[in-house]
Amino acid sequence: MAGPPVMPANNKNTCGVSVKQQLAGDEPVKLGIVVLEGPYQHEAADTAYNFAVAALEKGHEIFRIFFYHDGVNNATRLMVPPQDDRHIQKRWSELAEKHNLDLVVCVAAAQRRGIMDEEEQKRHGKDANNIAPGFRISGLGQLIEAGIQCDRLVFFGD
Amino acid sequence: MALLHTVNKSPYQCNTLESCLQHVGEGDVVLLIEDGVYAAVKGGKASEMLAQAQGVKICALSADVKARGLTGKLMDGIEVVDYGGFVDLVVETDKTQAWL
Repeated sequence: MAGPPVMPANNKNTCGVSVKQQLAGDEPVKLGIVVLEGPYQHEAADTAYNFAVAALEKGHEIFRIFFYHDGVNNATRLMVPPQDDRHIQKRWSELAEKHNLDLVVCVAAAQRRGIMDEEEQKRHGKDANNIAPGFRISGLGQLIEAGIQCDRLVFFGD
Repeated sequence: MALLHTVNKSPYQCNTLESCLQHVGEGDVVLLIEDGVYAAVKGGKASEMLAQAQGVKICALSADVKARGLTGKLMDGIEVVDYGGFVDLVVETDKTQAWL
């Protein structure tokens, strides 16, 4: 009878990339989440948020949430939705603070859509910035790293 | 290797479900989310497509079923899961493919 697959002790294959393991249902895993759509226009930002909350409730780790394409619009602190509507940015920021999450905004996508932190503001000579608390602007390498480090990467888009 | 496929579009709006079902393998799971849940409405044209999927588990996200007033209106054989169940499916399968 065949036993479990033999893996190198350090769980690395010959390329040096972590081998994704078969996981038992109850075991905590490392999750990456990618949000590709902006708030209020599509349901993706809501579904991603609800998924993140459920994953944390189940004790899983969220390694990173990466905001890409129109998803970067989740990160502006200047959004002012009606009082009886959900505040999508605030919801992300509060979740990040509570669980110490890494919310990363793609820099190239952010530049195109006017999402700025202080550094980007200076670099481009703009008169304001709008990044919300808990978010940081960085590059696509952060998405690649999430793909390598996480047991599972889940995309939410249109 | 089992995959979780998420489909978030109504089959009456675009053909991602059809594409997905052409690629699923034995043991895979298809999770209908957002407008994707319309595919599972009993008697709908798309439900025939789902009924023909052999060896594949079809699930629908309860919050999205409820939001669209479809509770109790789904075809037989659909497993309705909540967000916790969504997380479990992601963990239990090897990879998640979003059909966007």
